[in-house]
Amino acid sequence: SLGSWWLWRFLLGFEKGEGVRAVPLSGHVGFDSMPDQLVNKSVNHGFCFNILCVGETGLGKSTLMDTLFNTKFEGEPTQHNQPGVQLKSNTYELQESNVRLKLTIVNTVGFGDQINKEDSYKPIVEFIDTHFEAYLQEELKIKRTLHSYHDSRIHACLYFIAPTGHSLKSLDLVTMKKLDSKVNIIPIIAKSDAISKSELAKFKIKITSELVSNGVQIYQFPTDDETVAEINSTMNGHLPFAVVGSTEEVKIGNKMVKARQYPWGTVQVENENHCDFVKLREMLIRVNMEDLREQTHTRHYELYRRCKLEEMGFKDTDPDSKPFSLQETYEAKRNEFMGELQKKEEEMRQMFVQRVKEKEAELKEAEKELHEKFDRLKKLHQDEKKKLEDKKKALDDEQNIFKQKKTAAELLQSQAQQAGGSTTLKRDKERKK
Amino acid sequence: MSEIVPPEVRPKPAVPAKPSHVAPPASVPHMPPHGPGAGSQGSGGGSTLLGYVGIDTIIEQMRKKTMKTGFDFNIMVVGQSGLGKSTLVNTLFKSQVSRRSSGWSRDDKIPKTVEIKSVSHVIEEGGVKMKLTVIDTPGFGDQINNENCWEPISKYINEQYEKFLKEEVNIARKKRIPDTRVHCCLYFISPTGHSLRQLDVEFMKHLGRAVNIIPVIAKADTLTPEEKTEFKQRVRKELEVCGIEFYPQKEFDEDMEDKSDNDKIREAMPFAVVGSDKEYQVNGKRVLGRKTAWGIVEVENPNHCEFSLLRDFLIRSHLQDLKEVTHNIHYETYRAKRLNDNGGLHPISSSSDTQESNL
Repeated sequence: SLGSWWLWRFLLGFEKGEGVRAVPLSGHVGFDSMPDQLVNKSVNHGFCFNILCVGETGLGKSTLMDTLFNTKFEGEPTQHNQPGVQLKSNTYELQESNVRLKLTIVNTVGFGDQINKEDSYKPIVEFIDTHFEAYLQEELKIKRTLHSYHDSRIHACLYFIAPTGHSLKSLDLVTMKKLDSKVNIIPIIAKSDAISKSELAKFKIKITSELVSNGVQIYQFPTDDETVAEINSTMNGHLPFAVVGSTEEVKIGNKMVKARQYPWGTVQVENENHCDFVKLREMLIRVNMEDLREQTHTRHYELYRRCKLEEMGFKDTDPDSKPFSLQETYEAKRNEFMGELQKKEEEMRQMFVQRVKEKEAELKEAEKELHEKFDRLKKLHQDEKKKLEDKKKALDDEQNIFKQKKTAAELLQSQAQQAGGSTTLKRDKERKK
Repeated sequence: MSEIVPPEVRPKPAVPAKPSHVAPPASVPHMPPHGPGAGSQGSGGGSTLLGYVGIDTIIEQMRKKTMKTGFDFNIMVVGQSGLGKSTLVNTLFKSQVSRRSSGWSRDDKIPKTVEIKSVSHVIEEGGVKMKLTVIDTPGFGDQINNENCWEPISKYINEQYEKFLKEEVNIARKKRIPDTRVHCCLYFISPTGHSLRQLDVEFMKHLGRAVNIIPVIAKADTLTPEEKTEFKQRVRKELEVCGIEFYPQKEFDEDMEDKSDNDKIREAMPFAVVGSDKEYQVNGKRVLGRKTAWGIVEVENPNHCEFSLLRDFLIRSHLQDLKEVTHNIHYETYRAKRLNDNGGLHPISSSSDTQESNL
């Protein structure tokens, strides 16, 4: 309408210290469709939500997820004999009206099963960091596609507390302390139908006070938006949520409801007198899903990024060099790295060439030796042969001489026999001479 | 690993044989306590609310958050003086948001070089707050020699990208990086009826890849409908021949639906517009118009000019997209180039002067 839309003139600071005047509109412009435009684009792209379930084996983590999302996710119940803690993640595509959700559920497999649980939290922290790192890497790329990046960072961590009724286990405290600056933690009491109502109240108080005294920061449902401030602050007071999960339905009255049936009664999952399941679903999905995503990005991820970059040696130094310090250092580091890489490559190449040469020389040596040996042997052989031949010749000569002698001797003998006095003849001949 | 697991379709519960002493059951559907109400059905059909999880509430959650933070929008107007730039912007936003209205008089001398003057206001509508910054470029195309007069504009645009980049690469970053980048540049074409001027082509060629340019034919009440159609066709042809892509650029159409919507818009551009902040009585209604001896040109009458088309396109359907294309494409292009330049570590300087322009 062309009526008057008057805003009282006041200074609005959109940026610190900068006053920007408000002006009235004299008619309908149409930019009030901005939120719709933005939302439509997000709907086209689809949403993703990643939940990490941390808790001992057998606390009903998978069942709770099935119950929350009204579907049967795959998986066999895990055994209790895992050697270490592993994280198994599965992604599902769900749709409700025009909203497409890529839901990833990560489960800690084998958590709490080992005798020595000192390092149990480590795979969890590593997992979270890995996904922060992946996002950081994408963000630092030169050619990047952030708007179509599948966000794999964990948006909510449901920490399953065993329903002992007494207090938190030290494993719980240690793990939550390690995780509270990295992820939004929502603590829940699992299988809470094992605890009576009065014990539950005491249990919740004990848990809350232990968390506070150990300085564990759990996720607070936000109270800055008036439309949700009230319900969120009420819910904050109900933490940790005591939940019961079930995908089995039991007939109560004339309805089929999700429940667990015991001989002494039926625990109805969606009955708020029986457990806090409905509260969890409200808070996690229907009221604060977007805030959980936002906090992950603006708080936990920023902290990770800052620490990582500082660790790598980047600094926001003086204002003059500020714009380029990250780029510059990054570039310098990259060049340094590339230079080192090249140097290493060169070294390796040299070493390889060297080794090849050495081997070649060795082989040549060996070859030479072999030749020499062969020559030597050949010579030896020849010498031997010659020696033998000489010997043979000598022997032959001797034989010949012997033969000659023999022949001569025989001849003489026969001559001597022919002339009895052949010898005298010979003597006479010899006298006559 | 990704599985398509649709929510279970729950079979309708069988009506039990009622025990004789129990009253007939009243069917009471189970209402979710804070659900958004209508429209939330499990995608498998079947019973309406038994399968409801509440995933679709994320739309409301997101909407609430964006309304709380408000929006920034930065629009630049480029064109020779006298083409009605300020009036058009004021008409578009139904408010005195342009430079002229913020204490500047019409007797101001045309500057000797192109100046960049920006002014910001906050406007609110339907609970949505918007900080609108209008960037004027007095002096553009007004000199005798207009060579390279787009350079100060180009420099300004790049400076805003640079500012954003600087903030983005900080170790300790602000929660919300202030966005001064130019989301949209309205380029005013003189309604000669012939063809584009050399200056128009040069400007759009140089800046078309750095910013979203929306060309408009200014003061279109000097063109008859036939002249208008012909002129538009010629302009589009010329832009195509020169390889100039104005917003919405074909290459950024996301899907078939986008493409078909945007094709219609591209066919109708450049919009021939008339601006006015004066109201007149026409047929018992008060309308924005320009009064001439031969009649009143009604600004928002689609038969008279295409102002409404421009407004609907710019503000009611593509406002967010303009910002997204600026952020996801133009800014990324700038950033990639910046990071790739080895030693591109000195402050931005234009070819003629090495001083950074101050606002």
